[in-house]
Amino acid sequence: MSRALRLLGRILLGTLGVLLLAGAWEAYKALGPSNGVLIGDTTVLPRTTDLAMPHVWEIVTKFSDPVNSFSGTDTVGSVVWSACLFTLKLSAIGWVIGVVVGLVLAVLMARFRLAESAMLPWIVLSQTVPLIAIAPLVRRWGSQIHIGGWVWSSENSVSVIAAYLAFFPVAVGALRGLRSPDATHLDLMHAYGVGWWRTLVKLRLPSSVPYLLPALRLAAASSVIGTVVAEVSIGLRGGVGRLIIEYAQSAGGDPAKPWAPILGAVAVGLVAAGAVGVIGLLCRPYRRGEAT
Amino acid sequence: MSSMEAGTTATLRVRPLSDSRVTTLVAPALFGVLVIGAWQLAVQVFDIDPFIVPSPRAIYDALVDSRASVWEGMRGTGRNALYGLLIGAVIGILAALVANAVPVIDQMAAPIVAALSVVPIVALAPALYTMFGAAANTARVIVAAITVIIPVYFNTLRGLRQVRVVHRELMHVYAASPVQIARTVTLPTAVPYVFTGLRIASSLAVIAALIAEYFGGPVDGLGKAITTAAASSNYPLAWAYVIGAILLGLAFYVVTLLVELRVARHQPGT
Amino acid sequence: MISSSTTESGTAVEVAGLSRVFPRRRGDDVRALEDVQLTVSQGEFVSLIGPSGCGKSTLLRIIADLDAPTAGSVTVFGKSAQQARLDQDYGIAFQQAGLLPWRSVADNVALPLELHGTGSRARKDRVAELLELVGLGDFARAYPDELSGGMQQRVAIARALAESPRLLLMDEPFGALDEITRERMQGELVRICAETGAAVVFVTHSIPEAVFLSDRVVVMTPRPGRIIDIVDSGPGDDGRRDDDFRDAAGFFHTVARVRELLHGGPGAHAVAAIRGVENR
Repeated sequence: MSRALRLLGRILLGTLGVLLLAGAWEAYKALGPSNGVLIGDTTVLPRTTDLAMPHVWEIVTKFSDPVNSFSGTDTVGSVVWSACLFTLKLSAIGWVIGVVVGLVLAVLMARFRLAESAMLPWIVLSQTVPLIAIAPLVRRWGSQIHIGGWVWSSENSVSVIAAYLAFFPVAVGALRGLRSPDATHLDLMHAYGVGWWRTLVKLRLPSSVPYLLPALRLAAASSVIGTVVAEVSIGLRGGVGRLIIEYAQSAGGDPAKPWAPILGAVAVGLVAAGAVGVIGLLCRPYRRGEAT
Repeated sequence: MSSMEAGTTATLRVRPLSDSRVTTLVAPALFGVLVIGAWQLAVQVFDIDPFIVPSPRAIYDALVDSRASVWEGMRGTGRNALYGLLIGAVIGILAALVANAVPVIDQMAAPIVAALSVVPIVALAPALYTMFGAAANTARVIVAAITVIIPVYFNTLRGLRQVRVVHRELMHVYAASPVQIARTVTLPTAVPYVFTGLRIASSLAVIAALIAEYFGGPVDGLGKAITTAAASSNYPLAWAYVIGAILLGLAFYVVTLLVELRVARHQPGT
Repeated sequence: MISSSTTESGTAVEVAGLSRVFPRRRGDDVRALEDVQLTVSQGEFVSLIGPSGCGKSTLLRIIADLDAPTAGSVTVFGKSAQQARLDQDYGIAFQQAGLLPWRSVADNVALPLELHGTGSRARKDRVAELLELVGLGDFARAYPDELSGGMQQRVAIARALAESPRLLLMDEPFGALDEITRERMQGELVRICAETGAAVVFVTHSIPEAVFLSDRVVVMTPRPGRIIDIVDSGPGDDGRRDDDFRDAAGFFHTVARVRELLHGGPGAHAVAAIRGVENR
């Protein structure tokens, strides 16, 4: 009973937090200078014009407004919704690819110390590459690939980029997890005459669960971010990224509109991370003794 | 050596190949050289168009020729990333201190923090330029700061909760005041975790500052340079700027690591 | 050797009718202590010994104000346990040394002095004195991760003595050490207590350790936690607590008596099966 109450309390407090943020937004908008607060030449607090900071309720009601002035068109809400589903699908594919690649690399590095020494620094370095510059490149490379009748599409490029961001936390987290068993447990397996690969299945994988789960969650969020960045960079129709750019261009006339896909992108990220978090619930026995 | 012996336990036999100094430096260097060599070979043998991917040689030449402007670009992006890192670190640490002291605030902030942790920079950048004006670097610094706040906040909060029971009881026995407890035990315990957050945040700040350049703002910075070079089909140059970005991210990471080694020498790691 | 009859009179710790019950969500409540009665005189060395679950650590923690009783009273130097803690009347050593890893040995020993406002000059002198006392004078600038378990524990004891407390509370401080280091540390502790004249309440698992160190051995038993009996121990007024004492007939006699009590032999109430007490 008290657990349900505590959960309710947390939901209420969270909602209160969001409402306070909305309240702070409106309060600043009402009280702040229209040119923003400047220190010297730099604007440290935003401009408060309706153009720069639309009202909170304008943003909320925007979802039910029609997309454009033609009669019979969809609402902003429904357009954003379909775009979100599209982006979610692509990021899910990217996540799966990233998880598989990350796990393979982690197992390789756990098995061969030399592999770890040789590859890990490059894997860490891979994340310093600005994706937004690489995305068009991936599309160009992809367009060169024809296997039988199957042609590489822009959507594949997006998923690859999402996988690029997702594989890193999985590789690092899985490696840490695979190396986490006590020396005593490893000695036990050795004494039982168990080979490396069976030890992997029986000991290393189960004990890596507490490390893998946060890594998988992080990978889900990273995958969504990567998907949106790639969509923006490639200009992929149908995704939330493209909508963000489109609506940002019409921000002059309709300042609240760009916020709808922004909130949509956030929602996709939260849903992705939450969905992976559910996996964590299924792995309870492997998480006993997990540090908080 | 049977597969059973090869990798199972720590060190049954020390093979010359596993001398640690050799492996930590030579192995990755060798790996990199092999990859670059194969790349160069592939470009030459298959006569690959620079539009697809330039050869390492061409990129190197472009880098050397334009090293002044690559350096300028690095300084521009680096400046924004640095401000973002410093501001984000301070805010992240303070927020974690507050959230630790007043758990209610932690729970109220939870959805906002969660949203910030999944928001793509590309989504925020245009909105921030509208809010802060497209002529200044402020939006880029803010984007970098937001990217930094998240890992610093989470890791610092975690660190503040890692005080060992025996240390907590020691402070209770000494009738220490809350300020004394924070100063003597809670904060020092959190230091390694703060640095973990900073290490993660350091290269993220660079990426964030760079990505923000794609959406507006003044002409300085690597992002702008990459787009300009790509637009004029000078692909080796564009790649040279990308190399600059990688080096910048690496530099931030290494500096943070060095600061950590200096400050937290006797701390148990996370 | 300090005996309670020769130096100070007066009580260090007075425990009366003390009970501590730990409620459980499922199953029966745990009666860690039930109606415990104990008086520790100033300058006296008292050991608490018994199997797991007999309440010895709980009793020590209640005296240290790290826990509160559910019934009964505890006074330390005539004050409540909380007041004694606020007045810093005692020093404590835990089973884990609990040194702060980011502070040097000297800074660890100086910790209570620093917290309670001793000036830095006075701190330096006192720390040097204490490190000499525990035999670690050369290690003032070392860090805990550079020391062995026994050395860390000695630092913890030096820290516990920092403010020259009249009462020392020790919860199995030598539990994590090997036998050889342990015997040496016991000898050091006897010497230190002789020099400082502090009362000591010492929790242990080891019968020979309790008999060697204490003026009185308090034998406890679990479910519910209570005192079976208290056994006098020591080489007598003409003997010394040294290695010869370990070989004396009286020593073995006392060890046998304590063991008998723990096993529920003649002279003790019937108790449940004993586990977890060393008989070496």
